[in-house]
Amino acid sequence: MAEIRYMEAINRALQDGMAADESVIVMGEDVARAGGSFKATRGLLDKFGARRVIDTPISESTIVSAAVGAAMTGLKPVVEIMFMDFVTLAMDAMVNQAAKARFMFGGQFNVPMVLRTPHGGGLNAGPQHSQCLEAWFAHVPGLKVVCPSNPQDAYSLLRAAIDDPDPVVFIEHKAMYGKRGEFDATVVAPIGKASIVRPGRDVTIVTYGSTVHTALQVAKQLEAENIDIEVIDLRSLQPWDEATVYESVTRTHRVVVVHEAVKSYGCGAEIAASITENVFYELDAPVMRVGSPFMPVPFATSLEAQYVIKPADIADAVRAAMAGGRQ
Amino acid sequence: MKKNTDSQSLLSLYRTMRLIRTAESSLIKLFADSEIPGFIHLSIGQEAVAAGVMSALEERDTVATNHRGHGHVIARGMDIDLFFKELMGKDGGICRGRGGSMHVADRSKGILGANGIVGAGIPVALGSALAHSVRGTGGVAAVFFGDGAMAEGVLHESLNMAALWKLPILFVCENNGWSEFSPTSEQFVAALGDLGRAFGIPHVLVDGNNVDDVAMAAQELAGQARTGGPRILECKTHRIRGHFEGDSQKYRNAEELTAADGLDPLRCARALIEQRGVAAAVMDGIDAEVEAQVAASVLAGRADRQPDFAQAFADVYTATAAQG
Repeated sequence: MAEIRYMEAINRALQDGMAADESVIVMGEDVARAGGSFKATRGLLDKFGARRVIDTPISESTIVSAAVGAAMTGLKPVVEIMFMDFVTLAMDAMVNQAAKARFMFGGQFNVPMVLRTPHGGGLNAGPQHSQCLEAWFAHVPGLKVVCPSNPQDAYSLLRAAIDDPDPVVFIEHKAMYGKRGEFDATVVAPIGKASIVRPGRDVTIVTYGSTVHTALQVAKQLEAENIDIEVIDLRSLQPWDEATVYESVTRTHRVVVVHEAVKSYGCGAEIAASITENVFYELDAPVMRVGSPFMPVPFATSLEAQYVIKPADIADAVRAAMAGGRQ
Repeated sequence: MKKNTDSQSLLSLYRTMRLIRTAESSLIKLFADSEIPGFIHLSIGQEAVAAGVMSALEERDTVATNHRGHGHVIARGMDIDLFFKELMGKDGGICRGRGGSMHVADRSKGILGANGIVGAGIPVALGSALAHSVRGTGGVAAVFFGDGAMAEGVLHESLNMAALWKLPILFVCENNGWSEFSPTSEQFVAALGDLGRAFGIPHVLVDGNNVDDVAMAAQELAGQARTGGPRILECKTHRIRGHFEGDSQKYRNAEELTAADGLDPLRCARALIEQRGVAAAVMDGIDAEVEAQVAASVLAGRADRQPDFAQAFADVYTATAAQG
């Protein structure tokens, strides 16, 4: 299998999705001539023309609402929002329009659109260009939310998102764009299916996105302490693969949920609560959570270095789970 | 502008307006009797805009409307039985009782939905116009909004994009002077014509109580929009009932309401048609037919069953069981 970068995988998925279905269009700020601010849409304009690869004004609210209207009129728009922080401007479009159209119109309409957007810190981009806001969307009935952690999943999940009849929020991590990984265009990753990226016996780490890699690092480190960690990459946050997680818990009996988003009221809270409700008697320790501190993402390198989730944070939580929840 | 509409077309417009008026008048009673849950926003007094604009649209065209959208969807041809069932929250409603008054939509008629968020239909219609353009359907997207929506940012963003991309879209503003409970003059400093000029979009202002004027202008502008890019039609009209049904309108003075009543578009249309030598009995006949049609729809609505919760739950996502 060939190696490919995460950002190239997204570009390939867009190309292949557009070639496979002429109703797919790409729209967003600087996506056409400039090829996207992270270059994920590079080359699409030359290949598919200005009719299908559309540079928009800086008007997030209308761009995303227009995607809803276009989707209801026979297109499959893939919208890029340059930084996830800017979805705040398009919340009516996502929450009141895209999410509800199918349900509130009695199933008459589907809204087959994708909102692609990068989240995450680590680039000193500051408080308004670094947030992880996925929990907002996962909370809204009608939206699907995916967050791939590697090039293969980025490709396969984006193809699935484009083909999906419902609105999908497709979350990328801007610090992962350069990350390399194996790639096979025939591999399928259905929305809603997690993958066990490392099988293990003692503790299950449930995570997604960039912290999958931090978790794998910790798993390697803790081999030295004879702790055998299973790492589950959720890939989809809404719907999320409860079955895979619960099965893992019945084998390991200990869970740590990890994400880069702020811990309070995050996706981890939902997962931890669901585990407690459904497989409580399998647990040998409380479900532990690791997430970012309750603070806007700071700018200064020294501050962001303390803010970001470190392998040691996850290792501490794993050891606490091994000790029955005592830290 | 073209010359006036012929008598047959005027009669057809009159029938549409009468259907809207009779349907909404029956809603007043149904609402008062608690047969309509939630709240409703009536368009009584604004029927000429709905009838006139819809007469300019073709089957392939798409429409987005607003929370005061009953008239628009009825004029577009939504089945009246399905309309009443929806407002009564019944399973046979056009949206299976999930949307209600503020969220009626009809895919078969290209109606992309009423909208509970002020101004939100505007960019949705813009996207629909983009789809018409990309797919080469030859269709136009029409969007109805009130003057209250002029203060919403999405209108300004949408005017810009529509002009930039020369999209086939007809912006229709029903200017009744009121932004919910406040005069629009105290809410918005510009005029829609000036906004149109700023974005280079032709704007036409008509008497929205005169269905003939509205129809003529809409036909002209929709035709232009189909190939020539966005157009704005502003219709001066009157909201006779309150912002929502049950609103006592203490914020309005009696003279304004009396004046609005004097400009009733149905009365104006009847006078216009009678001037053409059509007997009043012809219109009385239409009134009676429409009355019977609406009465039958009310009965059909009452007889329909309540929606099924499991069915609603299954429609959160397409063909996927929703997660708990």
